Amino acid sequence: MTIHRDRVFLARGLTKIYPMGEIQVQALRGVDLELFAGEFVVLLGPSGSGKSTLLNILGGLDSPSSGAMQYGGRDLSVYDDAELTRYRREHVGFVFQFYNLIPSLTARENVALVTEIARNPLPPEEALTLVGLADRLDHFPAQLSGGEQQRVAIARAVAKRPEVLLCDEPTGALDVQTGVLVLAVIDRVNRELGTTTVVITHNAAIAAMADRVIHLSNGLIARIDHNAQRQAPHEIVW
Amino acid sequence: MRALDRKLWRELWQLKGQAIAIALVIISGVAIHIMFGATLDALRQTRARYYQDYRFADVFASLKRAPESLQARIAALPGVAEVETRVVAGVNLEVAGFTEPITGRLISIPDTREPRLNRLYLRQGRLTAADRSDEAVVSEAFAEAHRLEPGAKLRVVINGRRQTLTIVGTALSPEYIHQMRPGSIFPDYRRYGVLWMGRRALGAAYGMEGAFNDVVMGLANAHAAPKVIDELDRLLTPYGGLGAHDREDQSSHRFMTEEFRQITLSATLFPTIFLGVAVFLLNVVISRLIGMQREQIGTLKAFGYGNGAVALHYLKLVLLIVLVGVAVGVGVGAWLGQALAALYMDFFRFPFLNYRLTLPLVLSATLLNLGAAVAGTAFALRAAFALRPAEAMRPEPPVRYRATVVERLGLQRWLSQPNRMILRHIERRPLKSLLTVLGIALACGITMVGRFQEATINHMVDVHYKLSQREDLAVTFVEPTSWRAIGSLDSLPGVERVEVYRAVPVRLRFEQRSHRTTLKGVPPGGDLQRLLDADLRRLTLPSEGVVLTDYLGQLLGVQPGNRLIVEVLEGGRPVREAPVVGLVKEYLGVAGYMDLAGLNRLLREGPAISGAYLAVDDRDRPELYRRLGEIPRIAGTAIREQEIRNFHQTMEQTMLFFTFIATLFAVIIAFGVIYNSTRIALTERSRELASLRVLGFTRGEISYILLGELGLLALLAIPIGFGIGRAICAVFVNGAQSELYRIPLIIHPSTYAFAATVVLISALLSGWLARRKLDRLDLIAVLKTRD
Ligand SMILES: Nc1ncnc2c1ncn2[C@@H]1O[C@H](COP(=O)(O)OP(=O)(O)OP(=O)(O)O)[C@@H](O)[C@H]1O
Ligand SMILES: [Mg+2]
Repeated sequence: MTIHRDRVFLARGLTKIYPMGEIQVQALRGVDLELFAGEFVVLLGPSGSGKSTLLNILGGLDSPSSGAMQYGGRDLSVYDDAELTRYRREHVGFVFQFYNLIPSLTARENVALVTEIARNPLPPEEALTLVGLADRLDHFPAQLSGGEQQRVAIARAVAKRPEVLLCDEPTGALDVQTGVLVLAVIDRVNRELGTTTVVITHNAAIAAMADRVIHLSNGLIARIDHNAQRQAPHEIVW
Repeated sequence: MRALDRKLWRELWQLKGQAIAIALVIISGVAIHIMFGATLDALRQTRARYYQDYRFADVFASLKRAPESLQARIAALPGVAEVETRVVAGVNLEVAGFTEPITGRLISIPDTREPRLNRLYLRQGRLTAADRSDEAVVSEAFAEAHRLEPGAKLRVVINGRRQTLTIVGTALSPEYIHQMRPGSIFPDYRRYGVLWMGRRALGAAYGMEGAFNDVVMGLANAHAAPKVIDELDRLLTPYGGLGAHDREDQSSHRFMTEEFRQITLSATLFPTIFLGVAVFLLNVVISRLIGMQREQIGTLKAFGYGNGAVALHYLKLVLLIVLVGVAVGVGVGAWLGQALAALYMDFFRFPFLNYRLTLPLVLSATLLNLGAAVAGTAFALRAAFALRPAEAMRPEPPVRYRATVVERLGLQRWLSQPNRMILRHIERRPLKSLLTVLGIALACGITMVGRFQEATINHMVDVHYKLSQREDLAVTFVEPTSWRAIGSLDSLPGVERVEVYRAVPVRLRFEQRSHRTTLKGVPPGGDLQRLLDADLRRLTLPSEGVVLTDYLGQLLGVQPGNRLIVEVLEGGRPVREAPVVGLVKEYLGVAGYMDLAGLNRLLREGPAISGAYLAVDDRDRPELYRRLGEIPRIAGTAIREQEIRNFHQTMEQTMLFFTFIATLFAVIIAFGVIYNSTRIALTERSRELASLRVLGFTRGEISYILLGELGLLALLAIPIGFGIGRAICAVFVNGAQSELYRIPLIIHPSTYAFAATVVLISALLSGWLARRKLDRLDLIAVLKTRD
């Protein structure tokens, strides 16, 4: 089954080369990719296959070495730093494996940090309620568990109602139950807010949640699977 | 931006220890800058205003005696705007209850009007009455030293006759801002006083009715001085003129100019060094503080904060610390400046002090510090911004450690694992380690600058008064006298040895340079006055030729072998020529020396002498002083012990005050630097150290890894700091060379020891504070959050 909805991303021949002294690391070797509005995509692949690199390019954190990368019809690969910053501010929400919360700010303030510069955000409290942390508003990151921190990070990412939500191993540092909880939040955001969502994982089981599963291998897309039926997070067997 | 501002305040609070240390460094730099700057401004402005308001003369001349009618001819000289003729005389004074000899200077003031030039600032009482011959106004400094109020009596020996004067007022004069006995270089207000008496009274006492022996002039234009001086010399020579001169050779002005030069040097050098060090540290500390925030910067940028917003955020943090530091520094500096200026007020007798902070001074301190902070911030931010957010957010890639030099040399079996970690860490980050070492070394160096002078001053005193000027008393005669005077001195009670000397005021010329000084004739084989060569060995004078103080040689640009023109400024004012035959080492004052007979020959005079040095028995001093006071031929007596005390007192009052302040601030800066280095290292490595703790390392072991490294860097920094300190001292010593004194570059071991101690104690204290933090390291929190 093919999804015929608005195309959000269009990548053609993306490559990324990291110069490392004399040798060059080819992280992406020519990736062609389309992502559509509202879909839930899982990126799978062995370590070093280029998943994070691709996600970072999608999110405007990095630029490709060559190839075209369109978002909503505009070519991101020619954006300068200021344009990329605006792109991230207006359209993208990130969730990182290590949460990257600001340690000196409370949960609420970490979310506010982003909502304050967004155009049409959710109130921080609402975003935190969405991730089930209504009673942890004034806790500092050090006072939260890993799963809670990750949920704050998700609240922070979704509070600005981004068009795309990019998650790099959001459950990588979490136990099963917590991981499921976090995935449920991402799934809910995807369904309720219609946010195009890309999740990197090493856990093939999580792929069952996705509309599509993109397999990366050695800097190339090896295969794309379509799920006829998205599984609910709590049904996943790890 | 509220959340971002909250982040700012919270982080500032977390950094409070470091923020305070940074602020202290800034406060120290700024306070020194303001203290010296404001003092110097105040002294300069006060002098300028005092000179102007009290009509300080432009040209001065002394002579033997000239009829009053000559005044009109002087006034008619082109360029001369105002003339005041005076009677001036040296006297011996006696104050009840004070047994030591006091020398004074009597100066006439017009009976019926204010002086046209060198007006008196009356502090107490009134001026002398025209019809009284027993009234005098005394200099405030002298009155204060003896607690003399108007109404008190004073005995003077005028022309050998004791006479009692009643003090009617105390006053200050622009002519005696720097008030010292001629021939001395430090003030002694108890033993030297200036007195003003009515012109008629003083004229009568010295047989100067209708005549004068001193004249001062105000010029329409200061550039006319050389011409006026020439004309005046021609006019006064028949009347025994002693050579007219301008302000540059007026004793008070000249010494003040030298002092100002010294203060200017301190006011430039100290703040430059302190501010420079502060600014350097500020830059390093801030760039490291921001370097540590690279993940947060990456995160902020990932969420769409632009470079501008991020930069502003960190700038606010930095500017907050800097502005608080600058504001407090200006306050402290202004306050200290006032204290320092007050000290100088005792040294320079001004009637008032124009002390205020000037905007340029405050602005320069503010801008320098802000500039340094902003540059440090910008530098660090640029590095953070250069990284793509994806990279910045990632924890710094594991650094590639290598075997250290020590290990490659095969010495590793002597190193425990923690020691290896220390060495590898230092080698891994050579620049950071270097900056830490440099910072500590600078701090170490500046603690030496203030302190070294104390030991040096003792050395100067030892050389000058123990090796060179070894007499107990020095007496000067009113005018050159025959050798026979010795006889009368020899027979005085307690006198054990008498050595005479001849001193002639001269202007020495070589090529286009000239210097007004004294040429001294010294008898051969003298024991009380010795001349020393560069190695402080005794030097014997050849029978012909002049030997100069090394510094005077430098001023004139002469070498042994050159021929000097000697313009004698007394008697018939002959002009002679003499070869320079050597240089002598002297730290205090400058002069030329000749063999006594040789000098008499050069002057084509008989065996004349100007004074004598005496070795005396202490028990007979009171009686001796009394008897000396009665000899009319003796114009003044100087007590060596007292000269040494005056020297120390002057040095303590002025120099040691600011060296104390400088040392204090240097210590604060040193501590600030070391504490900051420790704290930054602690923050940068707390994750690593926590991980080690998790792996089973003890608190002691991780403390050792962190503090051992800092200790090693501090130890490395100390010898480098010694070198830096010595270099700064050398700059100071070079700049501080003056006619008054030359400070030799002698750094006492105690100065090194002090600097090293400051560094070590700061390191221990910082280490102890860090250790307390390490002991409370919350392993879970550190490992759970990433920053
Ligand atoms: N900054 C960099 N400099 C050099 N090489 C890099 C850099 N970032 C990534 N690489 C290399 O690019 C390749 C792809 O890296 P990437 O982080 O995209 O892998 P990944 O698929 O996310 O792996 P993982 O599952 O371990 O996170 C790897 O070989 C990696 O070593
Ligand atoms: Mg990855």
